[in-house]
Amino acid sequence: MLVVEQLSKVFGDLTAVDGVSLAIPKGQMVGVIGRSGAGKSTLLRMINRLTDPTRGSIDNEGQDVTALKGHDLRLWRASCAMIFQQFNLIDRMDVLTNVMVGRIAHTGFARSMLRSFTDQDRVRAIQALDRLDLVPQALQRAGTLSGGQQQRVAIAKALVQNPSIMLADEPIASLDPANAVRVMEALRSINRTDGLTVLVNLHTLDTARSYCDRIVAMKDGRVHFDGAPRALTTEKVRAIYGTDDLSDEINEAVTSTSLQTGSCRPQRQAVGT
Amino acid sequence: MADLILSDGASGAICPLLKTGPAMTALSPAIEQFEINYAAARKSALRTSRLSIILFAACFLGASWIGGFFDMTDVTLPDGTRVSMWKIWAGLPRLGEYLYKTLPVLHWETLGTDIANWFWRWKVWLELLIETILIAYMATFLGVIGAFLLSFPASRNLAPKNFVLNATRRYLEIVRTVPELVWALIFVFCFGVGPLAGVLAIGLHATGALGKLYSEANENADMRQVEGIKASGGSWFDQVRYGIVPQVVPNIISYTLLRFEINVRASSIIGFVGAGGLGQEIRVAMSLQEYTDLSALFLIIFVTVILIDTISEKVRHRIIGLTGQGV
Repeated sequence: MLVVEQLSKVFGDLTAVDGVSLAIPKGQMVGVIGRSGAGKSTLLRMINRLTDPTRGSIDNEGQDVTALKGHDLRLWRASCAMIFQQFNLIDRMDVLTNVMVGRIAHTGFARSMLRSFTDQDRVRAIQALDRLDLVPQALQRAGTLSGGQQQRVAIAKALVQNPSIMLADEPIASLDPANAVRVMEALRSINRTDGLTVLVNLHTLDTARSYCDRIVAMKDGRVHFDGAPRALTTEKVRAIYGTDDLSDEINEAVTSTSLQTGSCRPQRQAVGT
Repeated sequence: MADLILSDGASGAICPLLKTGPAMTALSPAIEQFEINYAAARKSALRTSRLSIILFAACFLGASWIGGFFDMTDVTLPDGTRVSMWKIWAGLPRLGEYLYKTLPVLHWETLGTDIANWFWRWKVWLELLIETILIAYMATFLGVIGAFLLSFPASRNLAPKNFVLNATRRYLEIVRTVPELVWALIFVFCFGVGPLAGVLAIGLHATGALGKLYSEANENADMRQVEGIKASGGSWFDQVRYGIVPQVVPNIISYTLLRFEINVRASSIIGFVGAGGLGQEIRVAMSLQEYTDLSALFLIIFVTVILIDTISEKVRHRIIGLTGQGV
């Protein structure tokens, strides 16, 4: 159980996250939605401790995450793997090394500086790459891969971290629909087969609906909705996204990543983004 | 309508064309507002550039006045009269005179012996040339190690603490502000005459100069890659090793090779103060007024620099062009 209690983050005058409290049971797949600037990214980054919270606490299985420092903090970061919108891979290094970097928290100083990972780490990395169908690209430079491939490398790297939680910060926002589906399928399979808790920030409502057990909607740094996808009605969506013209329907298909619903229908009210 | 604006926008003449055309009435208030803003922005840009030109010219004239460009000097003409002349004009012929003196006398029939006479000390010079290159090599090596290690704490985006940033930056500034010749004087005093003083002097200066360049390369690196390592639990050293180093290696290589060329030039001079290399020969030739020796030495250094330049460029391109592994 990951418990977030009254978590806030203030950047100067701006309160990015304002008193968010959440309890996420182990193995749940949670989609976090909301407009740009609603505080979704900051929330995820605070859980991974890339950003330090201003107030509040994070607790995982009885461990106070907010108090961690030094080596313990690095182990925590490794145990809640983060996936970024822009992949954040080492462009000029090969895919295999990029995946092995997932073991960095468990690698000693000398080995890390000399880039000499253990055979065990190499095996883990290759297995993770195999799971994501990326073994043929293992020795290519990461920067030469397509966006979809790079995001799957990032997922492989996250997997070798042997995490208990996986955080994905808009993992499909820079991908085309076909690749977006592959990445979301990979995240779901990790959630279902490995039993990992997955927290994913999403731009697209219907993706959140079709992949997540639970949806958390944020607005102005606060949680505005928290529940099953079915309970997220049109009125609630309208309140979250704050449509200017209330007579307009929010068309979830406009921002869709799925191939079936067809995002080619010409619709002008692209408010869902 | 949209096409019209686009095509005219390219030539920078939206306004006149539209005003004459029938589209005038169709202008939206937003476009009219844009025209007003655009004219204002252009006007202010023009004013800024005019002001900068005036300022630049004033600085240039002031600097040349202080630098003595407008000084006059008295010259005796061939007929015995003394006139006051613009210094640069009076001095230019003397430059030619000096260069002419350094030219060796070569005859086609006795070319071999003439060249042998010109490079009469070639054995000593060759030895000193090798010493010069080795000084530059060792100094570059030491400079690269120091600069590489110090460039990370000296980068604003990487320094763990503010005082670490300031301390390393000040150190790099001090060691590069003091010229190689002054360091060489100090080290000759400490360690005696010889190449050791030269290596240390050039190496120290190179640390400061390279450290600055490396740290600027670090500051331009993409921080998302660093974040990728940090999010996986990497320490500061891991973040630097995997997030920054692979990105900046091409820059480091090209700066290093450039510095090696500069160091070859520097090490051929520091012999002036007894810190090893060809410089001591240049000094002796100058003080004994052996003009042809000077041209011979100059030619040796010139050819060496060209060779090193060419080779280093080839090496640089090969290393940067390598695909796959990264560093």
